[in-house]
Amino acid sequence: MSPEAKPILNVSKLVKRFGGFYALDGLSFHVAPGEILGLVGPNGSGKTTAINVISGLYAPDGGEVAFDGQQIGGIASHRLVHRGINRTFQVPKPFMSLTVRENIKVALSYGRAMVAPPAINELLEQYRLAEFAERPASELNSAQQKMLDLTRALATRPRLLLLDELAAGLNPAELDWIAGHIKALAASGVAIIVVEHLMGFIEHITDRVIVLNAGKEIFEGKLAAAVKEPQVIEVFLGGEHAA
Amino acid sequence: MPSALRHLLFIMAPLVVVLAVLPGVYQNHLLLFNFVIFLILAQGVNIIYGFTGYLPFGYVGFFGAGAYGFAIMVMHLQAPAVVAVVVAGLVGVALGLLLTPLLRLSGAYFAIANLAASLAVLHLVANPALESITKGPYGVSLTGTFNPNSAYIAALVVLALTLAGVVYLKNSSFGLALQAVREDSVSAAMSGVSVVKMRVIAWLASALVAGLAGGIYAWYVSVFYPDNVFSGDFSIFAIVFALFGGVATITGPIVGVIILYGIYNVIGFTTPQYFQLIYGLLIMGLVLFLPAGLVSLATRRGWHVP
Repeated sequence: MSPEAKPILNVSKLVKRFGGFYALDGLSFHVAPGEILGLVGPNGSGKTTAINVISGLYAPDGGEVAFDGQQIGGIASHRLVHRGINRTFQVPKPFMSLTVRENIKVALSYGRAMVAPPAINELLEQYRLAEFAERPASELNSAQQKMLDLTRALATRPRLLLLDELAAGLNPAELDWIAGHIKALAASGVAIIVVEHLMGFIEHITDRVIVLNAGKEIFEGKLAAAVKEPQVIEVFLGGEHAA
Repeated sequence: MPSALRHLLFIMAPLVVVLAVLPGVYQNHLLLFNFVIFLILAQGVNIIYGFTGYLPFGYVGFFGAGAYGFAIMVMHLQAPAVVAVVVAGLVGVALGLLLTPLLRLSGAYFAIANLAASLAVLHLVANPALESITKGPYGVSLTGTFNPNSAYIAALVVLALTLAGVVYLKNSSFGLALQAVREDSVSAAMSGVSVVKMRVIAWLASALVAGLAGGIYAWYVSVFYPDNVFSGDFSIFAIVFALFGGVATITGPIVGVIILYGIYNVIGFTTPQYFQLIYGLLIMGLVLFLPAGLVSLATRRGWHVP
């Protein structure tokens, strides 16, 4: 599917407050099936908050989130999973005392995947977890826990996948490997939003990026164009570097 | 053979059969009955603590409520004992429903709130103003239904059903989802699990078990005071037994009850003067050296413990 397809997610004028602090302040964007959209911005700019609202962890304080044409703002996470939204976490949170296989089994049993869920052994092989399948998740290193988090999400067959700093902590070879997987997922029609600090990785995999600052969009387009934008340079490097 | 069937055949069945035969060869019927009651309560704690992580310090509230549910059915409605036991279970569930808001709390806050709730139920039941319904602080006497042999059999039936329930949790995706909720509720939700629904089901199942046990206890002893059936010892013992053996397993709470309640009675008979000292040391040793229970001696070696 081409990125020009009808958007599956439409975020419009989204607001999320924590007390008097506006983590999201009128954010609008969309993403289409098969598209990989990057969310970039300095720490605290609202990237993870946006993902938390879209995945149902936070209810929005204003604006709208529409998935597949229906409003989803404020709907509980597990229901959004059943509708086809899933995500990974910046700090992965697997079920530590359960085995790797059991971790994935939970999502396979309860994810209500709309199309046939992937075979568990295939997922384990694809994400290099097969040899740890019967070990508790607590024995995995942090990169492996991230892969387990991703397979947990994929077991529910999401149509919209939100990846929160999946690549952080991976070595260059692993980065290439996971980039290939993300691109293949998009090619199969999954809409993907990537939050990442590694700009090379973002440039390599995304079709388009949204640059956030203080909960607002300050740029939308190709990353290569973003880095020439004075406003973007200003928020990343400070005012004196702006041309 | 599916593992659930194996667990039923090789853990539940032998235990229930042995307990069914024992009264024929061992005279202390009350002691055997108490063993069965603690086997039930320890598994009830296992369901809520082992599988969801909520530590029910006020677990006795359901037990006492069940005992009084039984007493009220027998005293006021002249219900047959078996019907009164079923109602006792339902009283436990009703109290559980009333207390579902506690599940918003976690850790020590939940434990304390649950303890307070059980004390509130005790004081409600023991209130002299309710004498016409509960006999208040003066206690109840149910001589009409007194039948220790039948009560013992009922206890074995409830034990078998409770064990079957735990076998189901240990072998089903439902039990796996409960454990997922215990480990990380956010990741569980992102696996499609309805966290609130899961917690409530486990909580009510655990309340049902304690309510049934309380009803059967009332049937067996037939004369009791509020302080007897709401004694904090029931909560503490059930929790300690379950933890000592190891929760989230089928065998852990069984092993815990047999060893600890066995030692408890042996010390009580032989050297009661050292009882609290020895028991206290045992429990401290457990917390320090085997926080995951006796079964962890095996799981640490990579053995699978059902």
